[in-house]
Amino acid sequence: MKCSEFLNELTNYLDGALDARTKSDLDDHLAWCHNCYVVCDTTRKTIEIYRNSELYELPDDLRVRLRAAIMTKCSEHKKSDRQNR
Amino acid sequence: MSTIQPNIEQPVSEEMALVRRAKRGDDQAFEELVRRYDRNVFRIAQHITQNREDAEDVVQEAFLKAYSNLEKFQEQSKFYTWLVRIAVNEALMKLRRRKPERTVSLDEEVKTEDDSLPREVADWSPNPEQMYNQAELRDILTRTIQGLPPGFRTVFVLRDVEGLSTEETAQALELSIPAVKSRLLRARLQLRERLNHFFQKRASGDGHQ
Repeated sequence: MKCSEFLNELTNYLDGALDARTKSDLDDHLAWCHNCYVVCDTTRKTIEIYRNSELYELPDDLRVRLRAAIMTKCSEHKKSDRQNR
Repeated sequence: MSTIQPNIEQPVSEEMALVRRAKRGDDQAFEELVRRYDRNVFRIAQHITQNREDAEDVVQEAFLKAYSNLEKFQEQSKFYTWLVRIAVNEALMKLRRRKPERTVSLDEEVKTEDDSLPREVADWSPNPEQMYNQAELRDILTRTIQGLPPGFRTVFVLRDVEGLSTEETAQALELSIPAVKSRLLRARLQLRERLNHFFQKRASGDGHQ
């Protein structure tokens, strides 16, 4: 297997979306190709870092304010909808 | 090597029960749906728009649109997937309004020469997150993901940050499954390449330099 073939399957490999035969071919490649091993390992870490990063969490006070605004708009929408029927 | 598993698994039947109550006019049921998904919609919106005020607007507009179009929701997908589709469209509209000089589309032509091939291969520190304090790390991660084209960023956020499946991501973005997979691979590789600079093992140890 060439490194480019490995890279093409990297996403399926990381997501566990491969049949046993292909996975075993990729495992074999990783066993001897240090570069692909590092790319695979650091890509997995990239995903985990972003998944655990809690960037852009919604603060509680803003959350309450947004929800109130949403429900008010919904209720206004319902009223005008009824009037138009 | 371990595989990455989606991190959200909502029981569909409970969600659908709320949707059906909301369709019958029960606003408390709709409010429960807001409570359930407002954080996710906010994260997705801020990742796409890169602007806090726009993200707040998107959250409000997306839920209001969902509320007023609930009758049209056919229940062929999860409510959440349908909501994400609305939110992504609202967020892209905001982005287009703010950056009219560049057409922003999820279908934008992907460069043919491969810009995602790894150029730099270096081992990372075993615990890269611990090389920086929280504020520094947030800054690095934010700036790095903001550098991705919107089409790649959105796929990465839905699939890897929010944990939608490939099929759900495809539904939410109205893309084919191969298109989602191809963008996801490129997004992951580009982020990895950009983070290399910050996270690779340092000869003198892992501390700050």
